[in-house]
Amino acid sequence: MRQLTTDIRSMARKLLQEKKVQVVIGFERGSMPLRSRPCFVRKEEEVDRLVWDGFCENTLAAYLPKRKEKTAIVAKGCDSRAVVELIKEKQVQRDQVILIGVPCRGMVDRSRVEARVTPGRILQAEEREDLLILKGSDFEEALSRSDFLHDSCKTCTHPNPVLHDLLAGESLDEKNQDSFSDIEIFDAMTPEERWSYLSKEVDKCIRCYACRNACPLCYCPECFVDASLPQWIGKSTDSSDTMIFHLMRAYHLAGRCVACGACERACPVGVDLRKLNRKLLKDVKDLFGYEAGLCLDEVSPLATFRPDDPEHFIVNP
Amino acid sequence: MSSPSKILKKDRLASFLERLLQERQVFAPVRKGEVILIREIDSPSQAVLEYRNAKESPKSVLFPQRETLFRYRAEKGKAEVDIPSGREQGRVVFGIRPCDARGLLLLDKVFGGDCRDPYYADKRANTVVVSLGCANPNPACFCLSMGGGPCSAEGSDLLLLDVGDRYVAEAGSEKGTALLEDEAFEKVDEETVALAEKVKRESKASMKPVALKEKLEEQLERLFNDPVWKDLTESCLGCGICTYLCPTCHCFDLCDEAAGTTGERIRVWDSCQFPLFTQQASGFNPRPTVKERFRQRIMHKFSYLPETQAMPGCVGCGRCVTECPVNLDIREVVTSLSEGNAR
Repeated sequence: MRQLTTDIRSMARKLLQEKKVQVVIGFERGSMPLRSRPCFVRKEEEVDRLVWDGFCENTLAAYLPKRKEKTAIVAKGCDSRAVVELIKEKQVQRDQVILIGVPCRGMVDRSRVEARVTPGRILQAEEREDLLILKGSDFEEALSRSDFLHDSCKTCTHPNPVLHDLLAGESLDEKNQDSFSDIEIFDAMTPEERWSYLSKEVDKCIRCYACRNACPLCYCPECFVDASLPQWIGKSTDSSDTMIFHLMRAYHLAGRCVACGACERACPVGVDLRKLNRKLLKDVKDLFGYEAGLCLDEVSPLATFRPDDPEHFIVNP
Repeated sequence: MSSPSKILKKDRLASFLERLLQERQVFAPVRKGEVILIREIDSPSQAVLEYRNAKESPKSVLFPQRETLFRYRAEKGKAEVDIPSGREQGRVVFGIRPCDARGLLLLDKVFGGDCRDPYYADKRANTVVVSLGCANPNPACFCLSMGGGPCSAEGSDLLLLDVGDRYVAEAGSEKGTALLEDEAFEKVDEETVALAEKVKRESKASMKPVALKEKLEEQLERLFNDPVWKDLTESCLGCGICTYLCPTCHCFDLCDEAAGTTGERIRVWDSCQFPLFTQQASGFNPRPTVKERFRQRIMHKFSYLPETQAMPGCVGCGRCVTECPVNLDIREVVTSLSEGNAR
């Protein structure tokens, strides 16, 4: 971890020195234990703000669309996949962005950690290899970090950046297979059961749109929920309106979602957005043999058609 | 101790809540999945009092996210309007944290002041607030720096302080004193009072102060056009978490939800962080980016409200600190604005 931080800083310093970029987007230490956060470094003397640890959970690619400056971005596997999609969708120019790739061992889910040590207060958290050392007002505990990763990190199959200009550290083994067993269970439910599950989840939603705003691929200049002429959906937390928001967003991301998990991490009330997104990830994979964000010259299945495209789900859902 | 106080033993709490439930709606912290929310309970066993703070603030009890103002029906040139009733129903908001109780005081000023809002004020007039002091504030909490405190009674009709097998209950108003008449309460003894004072002292001492400039409102006015805002807000995603979870944010939108000749006029929460909040009919938006929108949130809380309501729009509950997806910490923001430069 410490070595990765050193690597990222020296790469960032060089890029700024040589004026290859105007800004480096990376992570800095956050204001609370168990948190790192996005930071924007424009001056050489500020590169030492940059850090790399198990709390760099934000998908920084979300800051790229509409950015005018030449930008370097610290990119985990998922970030790099989002950048690939953004380049394909012409939201980012390839030569405008320099990817500082970082092989990622998964990010720590602080809510899991906090639930574990409740009611104690965590005052300090640090990582040592595979251990997460927590110090509190009246306790010290070492946890195995792999037990406390975000769900999206546990099922991640691309921890290494798929696209990078520079690479910090060394690539990791990509042995993780995603069996989609959670979605097989979901698929086995009756439509009524699925509807009732999703309704229950969606009813938690407070319509803060953090999921949408944290998503690197939700970049529409005007989201359909923000349109007022015509107003497509109601503004309250009425179940049907909220359901429409989440279903539309999920469908809009079908074949584009890179499974970074930014939406589910941003949600303050724990809506199971993962279920919807992964259902579509699996469908796109099963139907079209496609995973988003892996290759710059692969056309997204929902942005094209072939005469032999499967259509049974239209005719006989 | 100046305010009337008594003891409530924990094993008598359920019977007290039971009696409250017979006469009024009771809202209390409840567990919903993995989070604690303030919701109406129908049995004392639903209330969870061993908790840090609720994910959402209790403002929704008096200012729900969606509220029907009236229903209408139009027929052959005639219109019927029906205003929902039930606002006078007695309510108890039980077991909320002192910061949130204090937050209601700001809502009172906004909705119950010169422009009395009957939808809020009628409910509020019949609401009793029973708060639960914090022995162990969260690392994100900063109530003390905002003029409150982890065991502050401001805004509470009754404040409960946990001292082991019992609570010390301090009345902060006549409504609270009336509650102390319930048979569950017992006379307080000196030893228990000393324990309560210790909880107050220690919880206060455990909090880290935020360095705020005096007359911050004036400093903010000077900084309105400062480039500092761009640096401060660069990581902001522009979502509504901070405003929707906030106990004092109170902006709303009015909409009609119509189907054919019938419909409802509703009030729904709105957020200054959303682009549509200030979008004008012409398409022009005076707050086109997160920079202007974030600045508005800070200005409203720390400049405009202190001037118009003599109270900042922040009680230091820390929700926006813990829940912000990018850890954009309002404590650091106001500190660096106090210093007059970027963090």
